[in-house]
Amino acid sequence: MSEMNYRDALNLALKEEMRRDPSVVTWGEDVALYEGSFKVTRGLLAEFGEERVKDTPISENTIVGVTVGAAMGGLRPVAELMTVNFALLAMDQIVNHMSKARYMFGGQTFLPMVIRMPGGGGSQLGAQHSQSLETFFMHCPGLRVAYPATPADAKGLLKSAIRDNNPVIFLEHELLYNSKGEVPEDPEFLVPLGKADVKRPGEQVTIVAYARMTVLALQAAEELAKEGISCEVLDLRSLAPLDEPAILASVGKTGRAVVVEECWRTCGLGAEIATRIFENCFDSLQAPVRRVSGLDVPMPYSRKIEKLCIPQKETIVQAVKAVMQGKY
Amino acid sequence: METKLRIVLPDQQLLKLYEQMFLAREFEERCAEQYTKGHITGFLHLYSGQEAVAVGATAALHRDDYIISAYREHAQAIVRGAEPKRVMAELFGKATGICKGKGGSMHLFDPALNFMGGYAIVGGQFPISLGLAFASRYRGEDRITACFFGDGAVNQGTFHESLNWARLWELPVLFVCENNFYGIGTEVHRSSALANIHKRTCGYDIPSEKVDGMDVIAVYKAVKYAAEKVRESGLPYFIEATTYRFRGHSMSDPGKYRSAAEHELWKSRDPLPNYARRLTEEGIADRKVLDAIEARCKARVEEAVQFAEQSPWPEDEQVWEDIYV
Repeated sequence: MSEMNYRDALNLALKEEMRRDPSVVTWGEDVALYEGSFKVTRGLLAEFGEERVKDTPISENTIVGVTVGAAMGGLRPVAELMTVNFALLAMDQIVNHMSKARYMFGGQTFLPMVIRMPGGGGSQLGAQHSQSLETFFMHCPGLRVAYPATPADAKGLLKSAIRDNNPVIFLEHELLYNSKGEVPEDPEFLVPLGKADVKRPGEQVTIVAYARMTVLALQAAEELAKEGISCEVLDLRSLAPLDEPAILASVGKTGRAVVVEECWRTCGLGAEIATRIFENCFDSLQAPVRRVSGLDVPMPYSRKIEKLCIPQKETIVQAVKAVMQGKY
Repeated sequence: METKLRIVLPDQQLLKLYEQMFLAREFEERCAEQYTKGHITGFLHLYSGQEAVAVGATAALHRDDYIISAYREHAQAIVRGAEPKRVMAELFGKATGICKGKGGSMHLFDPALNFMGGYAIVGGQFPISLGLAFASRYRGEDRITACFFGDGAVNQGTFHESLNWARLWELPVLFVCENNFYGIGTEVHRSSALANIHKRTCGYDIPSEKVDGMDVIAVYKAVKYAAEKVRESGLPYFIEATTYRFRGHSMSDPGKYRSAAEHELWKSRDPLPNYARRLTEEGIADRKVLDAIEARCKARVEEAVQFAEQSPWPEDEQVWEDIYV
């Protein structure tokens, strides 16, 4: 184990997989010479050269389409979209091509590709650069979606994503890049896609979270513990496939659930998860499931009101207390 | 002055071009019939009139070269070697179809033939063609990628993004624009500021030329030259083949936006009878030989229809298969 931040853990995952497999290539806007807007691709051009680490034009839809074609042609490409917000320009290639090629061609091809996208709010970047669009990708069959919370998971999940033979949307939270944690040094350390992780065991209420929401949920659980409330924090890690068995097992044990989502509340992943809990473990519930969500507004710039739009430790604490009191 | 056919290709290959064009036409016309009978449903975009482009171009490419296309691609798949019966079964939605009945008319695909798909979002195939070409170059394969599209696709963002990118990354892509002058019902002059499509590549420093897409030999020669250019230089090249579809955009389009006079003019340039005439005039085939070819094509397509009719539907469980590996 060694301590490193989320950014360096991702960087190490890319380096290890590129060393391991010459069919792994990577590209995106400012990925090579500039070494990435968030420096996740630092050192790659120097180590792997211009044919494997490539800068692209600002053409997001084509970035994804080229990645689809390269995967179809036998490579294992990893593309970076500078932020998830720009993925909206590439939704044609993501939804109409990347997610469907295998199915509509009768299983005669597969796309071992990853599209990395930093995202999330909280940096006062305004309405167009602060979005949490994870639900958009979860909604579409044919995609895998990963969104790690810790440096170790970042490394292990990205390595699994690169080795996976399905197209993976790999989300990275911009506010987690500098967060630190212990990361296994073993180059074969992998975190499986589709498996949630109990980041903190507890007895009375399950907090289902992912990415930065997991970090906040752990802080909330710590505070609640001081008040005698025992929370289990379940970090989804992958949003598609959703680890429904892990969710149901935890809620079946605690009898209460709070789902924390950074995305907009309406049709958000919290609605999906709450529904699955209601459908499958209604009898073991001691209180209605509660959601803590991003507000249904375009993100404002001013930090005073931006804060209102994103779940905070305090709002999670309040939601857990409400669930414990059976309020709804 | 037309080139003498025998200067271009040996007799057997000249006859093969005719056979492929006739097979494609026969296939499409039987598709229309099967659509009106309700055996083929959904969208059906037929290629009748444009055969010289697919046949001439495919003959000029290597078997290892990738072909990628849009949604009017039955002929391209068949000319590349897809069995008509498996294509017809696909259109019938049967389990024996080339994509197990999951793709349909617009999504034919066969990696064994290096036929990398029909795509139904206009311009969606451009970026994918670049990725295929990059993969070929990266893997050291002697392979170029031929990307077919219509005149309607040239105003999509992906067209411009991909032309720029192909030149920038120096990718071996041959762009083949099948300009049939109409994007559904909108004539090219009403959608493109510069309707002379091949001239649009100058902004991306990609050489281009225009060819008569009703003349299979002209297409063959142009693509042969272009493909060798791409192969030697590793750089993209662009061909605009002017052509005409004799039917509407799809089976649901009666094509009322085109005048009878225009239609007649293009009908007089039908690539099949004109090429047949040249074959007989130059003594490469007499009517008897052509009759035999035509009978053979008709039998193959009849067999395809029978096969499709008799094939089983997909099992219900198959709806969940092939989403993930």
